[in-house]
Amino acid sequence: MKLSLGPVQYYWPREDLQDFYREVADLPVDIVYLGETVCSKRRLFRYDDWLETAHMLREAGKEVVLSTMALLEAESELKTMRRICANGEFMVEANDMAAVQLLSAAELSFTTGPTVNTYNAATLKVLADAGLKRWVLPVELGRDSLSGILQDAPQGVQTEVFAWGRIPLAMSARCYTARAYDLPKDDCQYRCLDHADGLTLRTREGEPFLAINGIQTQSALTCNLISKTEEMRQLGVDVLRISPQARHTGRIVQAFSRALAGEGDASGLEALMPVGGCDGYWREQAGMNYSQEP
Amino acid sequence: MQLVCPAGNLPSLKAAIDEGADVVYLGFKDDTNARNFAGLNFNDRTLDQGLDYVRSKGREVYVALNTYPRPQGWQRWQAAVDRAADMAADALIAADIGVLDYAASRYPDLPLHLSVQGSATNYEALKFYQERFGIRRAVLPRVLSMPQVKHVAEHAPVEIEVFGFGSLCVMVEGRCLLSSYAAGQSPNTHGCCSPAGEVRYQETATGMETRLGGVLVDKVGRGETAGYPTVCKGRYDALDKTYYALEEPTSLNTLDLLPELLAAGVSAIKIEGRQRSPAYVRQVARVWRQAIDSCLRDPQHFRPRDEWMQQLGAVSEGQQTTLGAYHRTWQ
Repeated sequence: MKLSLGPVQYYWPREDLQDFYREVADLPVDIVYLGETVCSKRRLFRYDDWLETAHMLREAGKEVVLSTMALLEAESELKTMRRICANGEFMVEANDMAAVQLLSAAELSFTTGPTVNTYNAATLKVLADAGLKRWVLPVELGRDSLSGILQDAPQGVQTEVFAWGRIPLAMSARCYTARAYDLPKDDCQYRCLDHADGLTLRTREGEPFLAINGIQTQSALTCNLISKTEEMRQLGVDVLRISPQARHTGRIVQAFSRALAGEGDASGLEALMPVGGCDGYWREQAGMNYSQEP
Repeated sequence: MQLVCPAGNLPSLKAAIDEGADVVYLGFKDDTNARNFAGLNFNDRTLDQGLDYVRSKGREVYVALNTYPRPQGWQRWQAAVDRAADMAADALIAADIGVLDYAASRYPDLPLHLSVQGSATNYEALKFYQERFGIRRAVLPRVLSMPQVKHVAEHAPVEIEVFGFGSLCVMVEGRCLLSSYAAGQSPNTHGCCSPAGEVRYQETATGMETRLGGVLVDKVGRGETAGYPTVCKGRYDALDKTYYALEEPTSLNTLDLLPELLAAGVSAIKIEGRQRSPAYVRQVARVWRQAIDSCLRDPQHFRPRDEWMQQLGAVSEGQQTTLGAYHRTWQ
């Protein structure tokens, strides 16, 4: 199995993002997904910056994939997506059917992210016919569904599972970060820059429940499937995805790398999470459940 | 412009048709549709009766098959497509690519609509479904502004249907997992948001707590009304305040936008609420029938009547309505 680093879901200052990817170049990940997938107003890193980063990482030996936005509404967003699809050198991750349509029409191979709903093998076959090379299991599905899908999966398509990170649960036209600050979306003042791992929402009993990240709503708890790597290998999973977080991403990647090599202790990662862990979806339960309380 | 009304059961179906719905949409009694709640939806007998009623009045029936089958349930969805084709549904409303593929290849004459659960918010995505499966219409998620709806309708290769009234999903439909995160079942997988078996109302010394999957979604004081706990309409803590972090309990009402929707070339207005009562369906269908007729007669001078707004307000969640994402300030 390989390790991938998903697209950074948050809005980080330019220098932080540059520092982050310089560190990634030396980490034991095989695949790196690059690009803004959440909000088109986040422009500290532009197309050329992403491309420059892509070249740097490719020279460091990584397979680089350019990710596209998950919610495409405005024509300007379609335009950016078209430009990424036509980049000519890197594979593209479609996070909406619009990108699938464009890539397929251009007869380009592509991958799909977790928001392209692939709940059964029949869907996978249609996408494979359109040029799909790798897909990410929808985050709310677990081992039983995956096992069923892979029984009838088409040849030549790799499977990736979201194995670490705050889970992307929903997206909206409304910016919840701006709303938290009583700001209109059109004058959001880029407050998501202040929340490098999203803004945690707690229930009125103080339990961390969700995290808001602009128009995206995530789980407050961090999905952690490090103890399931052997089970995933047996099912036929090809790639495990680690979703970047503001701190400790390097240590998390190292821990997964050791786990894949059958070395080291998979416990103790809870200390590296923003607020706590979960793995319920993998076990076909409520996503927030956790089987390995520290 | 068609008026498409919800039919959660036979009385609602009749109420909608009696009040002038052009189309009713309905689902079967299982998880193949996104309103999979106890006591709702149609079995063979009620379906036959409903079909007879609708056809005797010269109207149409759409079948909602708008959830995402996992491998364990695949055959149930196939059977549901077969059944919809068998009853000669005027359209099948589906979201899943596998289901659309099956329906399009097996029943080329069965008209297909892309469900709102298909999450298509732009015309490039619609091209995919049109070219692959020959869909004739798509229902747009409730996240687009009015200018964006207009832009999609202008460039779309298919007819466009939008939500006009009802409970407001603030998230892109088909991509919202809030319910399964807390309670293990989502609209995509089980056809329900906030499964009833995971909902708890608890009376406490200070008021009523509402929970989903054990999670405290909201707490109201004595004298306040406790709503059904959906995650997106709960009150949470952040930045040292307790507030409706995602959305207040409120309903969508786009009556004000009717002339603009008509001018944009929108083909149909959908009313949400298969889980609501026949009285709700009757009230809402009546108002919207009058409104659409009035708008078609004279779009220039169309103004929603005060009584319409009051009648719709009375059946709205939280007794309040919003234009939602159609209006930029909401976003």
